[in-house]
Amino acid sequence: MPVEILMPALSPTMETGKLTKWFVAEGDKIAAGDVIAEIETDKATMEVEAVDEGTLGKILIEAGAEDVPVNTPIALMQGDGAAEVAAAQGVSAAPAAVSPAPVVAPAPAAQDAPGSADPEIPPGTEMVSMSVREALRDAMAEEMRADDRVFVMGEEVAEYQGAYKVTQGLLDEFGARRVIDTPITEHGFTGLGVGAAFAGLKPVIEFMTFNFAMQAIDHILNSAAKTHYMSGGLVTCPIVFRGANGAAARVAAQHSQNYASWYAHVPGLKVVAPYSAADAKGLLKAAIRDPNPVVFLENEILYGQMFDVPKMDDLILPIGKAKVLRAGMDVTLVGYSYALVYMLEAAAALEEQGISAEVIDLRSLRPLDTETVLASVKKTNRMVAVEESWPVCGIGAELSAQVMERAFDYLDAPVLRVTGKDVPMPYAANLEKLALPNAMEVVEAAKSVCYR
Amino acid sequence: MPAKKAASRKGAEKKRKPPANKTVMTPENELSAYKSMLLIRRFEEKAGQLYGMGLIGGFCHLYIGQEAVVTGMQMAASEGDQLLTSYRDHGHMLSAGMDPRAIMAELAGKKTGSSRGKGGSMHMFSPEKGFYGGHGIVGAQVPIGAGLAFANKYEGNGKVSVTYFGEGAANQGQVYETFNMAALWKLPVVFVIENNRYAMGTSVTRAAAGAEELYNRGQAYGIPGEPVNGMDVQDVRAAGMRAVEWCRAGKGPYILEMKTYRYRGHSMSDPAKYRTREEVQEMRKTSDPIEQSRDRLLGSGIAGEKELKEIDREIRQIVNEAAEFAQTSSEPDLTELYTDIYVAETLNAG
Ligand SMILES: Cc1ncc(C[n+]2csc(CCOP(=O)(O)OP(=O)(O)O)c2C)c(N)n1
Ligand SMILES: [Mg+2]
Repeated sequence: MPVEILMPALSPTMETGKLTKWFVAEGDKIAAGDVIAEIETDKATMEVEAVDEGTLGKILIEAGAEDVPVNTPIALMQGDGAAEVAAAQGVSAAPAAVSPAPVVAPAPAAQDAPGSADPEIPPGTEMVSMSVREALRDAMAEEMRADDRVFVMGEEVAEYQGAYKVTQGLLDEFGARRVIDTPITEHGFTGLGVGAAFAGLKPVIEFMTFNFAMQAIDHILNSAAKTHYMSGGLVTCPIVFRGANGAAARVAAQHSQNYASWYAHVPGLKVVAPYSAADAKGLLKAAIRDPNPVVFLENEILYGQMFDVPKMDDLILPIGKAKVLRAGMDVTLVGYSYALVYMLEAAAALEEQGISAEVIDLRSLRPLDTETVLASVKKTNRMVAVEESWPVCGIGAELSAQVMERAFDYLDAPVLRVTGKDVPMPYAANLEKLALPNAMEVVEAAKSVCYR
Repeated sequence: MPAKKAASRKGAEKKRKPPANKTVMTPENELSAYKSMLLIRRFEEKAGQLYGMGLIGGFCHLYIGQEAVVTGMQMAASEGDQLLTSYRDHGHMLSAGMDPRAIMAELAGKKTGSSRGKGGSMHMFSPEKGFYGGHGIVGAQVPIGAGLAFANKYEGNGKVSVTYFGEGAANQGQVYETFNMAALWKLPVVFVIENNRYAMGTSVTRAAAGAEELYNRGQAYGIPGEPVNGMDVQDVRAAGMRAVEWCRAGKGPYILEMKTYRYRGHSMSDPAKYRTREEVQEMRKTSDPIEQSRDRLLGSGIAGEKELKEIDREIRQIVNEAAEFAQTSSEPDLTELYTDIYVAETLNAG
């Protein structure tokens, strides 16, 4: 009985991949553990090992095929012996009952509202399509070229090219003096980075994800954020702490947390959480040049998404300025990072129902651009704050308080928040989906504040 | 009293020399070690397969190649002793006697999983079997393991905590804070460093000063340590017995550095560019723990080809049943999202 070899899922976020190479031919005998093929995903090139022994029957997907969806049969294998046991159990042969990989909504192209374009970007600038990952890498590379004091340090940033490939190519260009692999010692290398910044260097400290920055949060707060104040302005700490923040896909409670409000709480820190590639690039460059400690929150699912990025020699965007991504009259939707995916989707759906939503990407969380938010609320008289983080003491709570204090008379409805649910992130696919916000919830909240 | 400390360190030095003859395993020991290791191997192969089919999501770290470590240690430990480890935990749970079906169902995020689908591959627990997780933050389990040992000493229950961590984790600061406290308070904890040579893509030599002698890292605290051939279950068991005995006698902590190797990638998404395929093949060919055990069984006549085939069949059966169970179980009820956050809620939950 032939067993189907399926296109494997090789990472938590993989949906399709390129089958680059077959290492075996039809008719070859294969032992468990033999490398049979090579597959390229957005993150890495990986080898596929045979799980059981047998003889390779027919190759169904030829080498070179791109965008092969996970679980597509790629070859048939004639099982012998043990393999047949598995096949008879209907396990390895059954592509049925596969729970689909979490669907990642494609990022809708941000519709620029008239007058909302960044003044830093001259009209008519040529645009190039680029992933957030490439934009971040280019930002670091440009700043490193411009200033020898800038260096990158973290786990797997150099030889491995970054756990999420964000630092790809930096070691080749800048060498081991400036692109430094650390042991797994977050508290140590964060403190070390702070010391180097005190001494005048400009460290970019990568956390593989911000979940692991919790090992080091003491240095981010007590050493980096407070020293300028404590020294009466004598000591500066020009450092960037960057990495993936928030939920990815199915990585459970200890690997999915959004720390935005934790850092936004702290005077002395600047906090940036971009959505688009252009903002990722322009704000990371600004963060590296900033003389203060900057916490730069990225999003793993956004890394692979493509956006238009202005082709400019030196794209620097202001920290502390929100951006109106879509102009509207009836309700203000405000959020940051991955929440923009839901918000833009919701705005499109609301439009079809006759509700015109204004979409604001905060981009920075400290300083928080309350002016842009207030101006919008004074126009729409309604606001929904959206984020993937927990609701209690979140960014939405802060926005809600600001609007209540400073635009109370303009409000026609209470501010609503759409957030991640107030629970640790569950692993099960159905519960995880429920724990995160979605466009439908944003639509519902917007309709509710419009009394529709 | 530096003089006294030096003396006790010398005592530790003496203890560290393993006796020339390995603590002998009985034929029953040999056979049960073989079965335990084979169960882990087959279980992990199946987990890898289900991951490829999309039935398991997120991170999934396989233990293939390292089977002798937890198997030998569990043989050295006694009923009631505790163990805990990192996210690379499937082998530890199987060794601790947790139900393979509940583990596989948890990997698949089903309601029949041991954490009812909420924890996944990296986060499972069984206080009943003495297994305290399943930890996703590198190094975090080390002080927690010492905390279990603290409770053992506090209660005077004679139990030992066996705390596993990777050679990459061995660079975390909290490991040394823990060594100090464990030595200071003579806590009954065996620190098992599973040195599989890589932490994701970083080889131990690129990350650790004194990479050849991680077992010496407790020296300054007077904690005895030994290097152990972690690919041979006999050696692991013998060293484990020395360590557990030391702890149970009230002499404080003990460090075992298991020289081992992982065959598969760090997790399922590993580009594997940091080592050669030849290196992996060489380890599999020359040092495989299961092959070594199998050769001994056949060589000493404890079992014949036919019996081993039968064992293999039985184990495949267990693993296939676990996979079947995981696949056919249903997802958690949606109301589960809000249960288990606080203890009281568990009681109130419908
Ligand atoms: C505090 C922290 N930092 C980083 C990570 C990401 N990470 C997960 S496993 C790992 C490598 C650990 O290697 P090692 O301790 O040798 O254990 P092994 O995976 O080899 O079993 C890293 C860096 C993490 N989970 N926690
Ligand atoms: Mg390791």
